[in-house]
Formats: sequence, structure tokens, C-alpha cells
Amino acid sequence: MQVLKKYRNPELIKPMLNEISELSQKLDEELKLMEVCGTHTMAISKYGLRSLLPKNIKLLSGPGCPVCVTSQQEIDEMIALSKMPEVIVTTFGDMIKVPGSNSSLEKEKSRGADIRIVYSPLAAVEIAKENPEKIVVFLAVGFETTIPVIAAALEEAIEEGIDNFKLFVAHKLIPPALEALLNDNEVKIDGLICPGHVSIMIGSKAYEEVVNRYDLPAIVAGFEPLDILDGVKGALKQKVEAQVEVEDKVKAKVENRYGRVVKDEGNQIAQDLIRRLYQVVDTAWRGIGIIPNSGLELRDEYAEYEIRNVIDLDVGDSNEPQGCSCGEILKGIKLPYDCQLFGDVCNPQHPVGPCMVSSEGSCAAYYKYDRR
Amino acid sequence: MCLAVPAEVIAIDGKHAVVDLNGNRTEVGIKLVPDVEVGEYLLIHAGYAINKIDAQEAKERIELLEEFYAGLEEIS
Repeated sequence: MQVLKKYRNPELIKPMLNEISELSQKLDEELKLMEVCGTHTMAISKYGLRSLLPKNIKLLSGPGCPVCVTSQQEIDEMIALSKMPEVIVTTFGDMIKVPGSNSSLEKEKSRGADIRIVYSPLAAVEIAKENPEKIVVFLAVGFETTIPVIAAALEEAIEEGIDNFKLFVAHKLIPPALEALLNDNEVKIDGLICPGHVSIMIGSKAYEEVVNRYDLPAIVAGFEPLDILDGVKGALKQKVEAQVEVEDKVKAKVENRYGRVVKDEGNQIAQDLIRRLYQVVDTAWRGIGIIPNSGLELRDEYAEYEIRNVIDLDVGDSNEPQGCSCGEILKGIKLPYDCQLFGDVCNPQHPVGPCMVSSEGSCAAYYKYDRR
Repeated sequence: MCLAVPAEVIAIDGKHAVVDLNGNRTEVGIKLVPDVEVGEYLLIHAGYAINKIDAQEAKERIELLEEFYAGLEEIS
């Protein structure tokens, strides 16, 4: 699609940066914007956008990497599962190196566990079809972008009568997490760059509640450099306008600047599918703790497809790695540089915490592109 | 993990479509975007189309920015 290349055109990026720079001079105080999408994290670092922006605009990376927010207990359970001879574990590649309390999926694989990396959950369904004597479990990690995709694959498996296909559901929902972050007194955010592909599914309207309650701008943005800068510009403009002392103060609002794929209402088919298969539950996020209504579990009619309802996985107490600042980094309280382990003890070859493991974790992005 | 890439629809077969993804032909699920047509562009995530790409909107947005910045240049 040729037109998409123009979203990287320096001839447009330069004047946009100038416009942002001029606007930023009107700011009374520093503007801290948080994105909550691993793909944004990577794109911002890769295109060097932080260094191009004025010093009083800070881009923070929030809990936008599903692997990074998976709780230690769930990781330990996944590892325990992989050790069972009757089980084949299938997973997206990012999960495999995440250190559990004592091991990792990668280590178990090297010891002979049958763990297979797939690009799509449909490939996991195929593996289940080819191995009817085994239980094939797909590690269902991901936000609203990925949830319907995995749900669609599960439905296809059910329709085809493949009942040895199971899920380990560790999904997380973004809007409740935003709410939890904004409720946290330690967290200082002035605006949100909303995740483009999550928004395809839930629609840009899904952020209205948070925006109204906390009165801060939320801009749905795409992933090309021009898209991201356009998102920054949108939030900046709203902030500057809100500074003006007038009686009818302008309220912060949601802006959809990724209209080529995101609609206000989102993808209804995907939303219906999620509602059909899942119910909302409280769930634990690494470093943040339990967030009400931020997770999913399969409804009773589908409970047999949740592996933890089939096999009892008692892993005892789980321990998050010592010295790792992942939790504070996920909340934007610390930057990767502020972690004592960053780049030295903890690096992509020997990751200590999940933010360094996942290719789209904040620490991995800073290590690869933004190292001082 | 929410990475998604654009691809052009080449053929449709029930719940699946063959798409051209950067020159590679691959099959994707279209359960979440059922009414696709050959020649349309889809955004693909983990083996499924998650939405169509509105080519007109993509073009108009860029043209708007091009005009706006060209106008600014003339003024200055």
C-alpha cells in the first residue's frame, strides 16, 4: 500500500516537529504522555522520536507488553505445564525466555519438553489435530487485539471437534489498567497515547470513561513515525488549550487519529465473540498487583477448554526476580536506566525480568535503540 | 505483541482468505472481518485479519497534512 509509505516521509515529519516545538513553548509545565502498547514502545525507540521532541515533552512506556505484565505465578504454572509428558505447549515466541521462579520455557525445552513456537493460534489448532493423543495447550497471552484472534481459533477447534486443544488464559484488558494507573498516586501522567490495534477491537469510544473521569487527553494513534507524532501533537494541543483560564474550561477528550483502521465503535464481531466465550474477572498484573475487572476467564459452557480446569497446577509461592524494577518501569515511575540491573546484569542475552525478555518490553527497546 | 501488518486480498475461501503480505502469499482467517473483497487491504495480526484498511481515509489524512504544511511554508 504505497500511501502508507508517506507516513514515514521526512518532508512531513520535519514541519510537524516544528509545529510541536512551537506549541511546546506554550506549556506551563512538563508534559508526560504514556503509551500502553509494546508496538508503540518499539516504534518510538526505533525511530528515535524521544530525541526529536522538545525537552519538556516526555514519552513514557506503560504496561503495554502482554508478556511483561503476565504474573510470575502464571509463568511458573506455564513452566510446570510444559514438564508434563502428555502436554504439548504452544506459544508466541516472546514467552519462551521469560524467567520463572526457577526455570523458563526455554530451559525446559532444552531439557526435552515439547514446546512449540507458533505465529498464529490456528497453527496450534493444527498441532492439536495432528497429535490427538496429546493435550495441546496454547498460552493465551495478550490484550484486546489478540483476545478475539485466539477466541476465533478456539471456536474453529470446537466446531471441528478438536477437544484436545486447550487454552491457558492469561489475557489482560487495557481500559481497567489505565484506570488503575491513573488512580495510583505515584504515577504522574498528563495524557495517553492509546494503543492503535487494541482500539481497532474496542473502538476509540472505550476511552471516554477514563478521559472524562481523569480529565486528560487520550489520542488513538497508529505506528508510523508521523502517526505517533500526530498523536503527541493532539495531546499537546489539548493541554495548551486547557491551560487558558476561562470560565467554560475545555474538557479533555478522546481523539481518533488512526481513522484508517480504528472506528469509534470498534470491531463488533470481535466484541461479540469475546462476550460469548468469556466473562470478566479480576486479575494480577506483574508489578501492579490485582486490578479489578481487568482479566478474562472462559464461561462455564467453555470451562473444559481452560487447561487449569483439566490439570491441577500447584506451583506454590512464586518470587519475582530480586533487584528487578520491572513493576515501577511498567508504571512509568522509573525509566529502564534507573534500574540498577539494566544493561549490566540484565541484558537481552541474560534477561532478569520480562521487560528485557520481550522484544517489545521497555527495557529491551531502550537497550536496543535508546542506550545512553 | 499487537503488531499487525497490511496485506492485499488475493482470493477468498469461506472463513479464510489468501493475501499478499509483502510479496508472500499466505492464508489468513477472516472470521473477524467477514465481508472482505479481492483487492481490499487488511490488517493482519497472528494469522487473522483484524480490520480493513480504509485506503481513502489513509490518503485523505496525508493530503490534509501535505496541504497544511505547504500552506504554512507559503505564509512564512
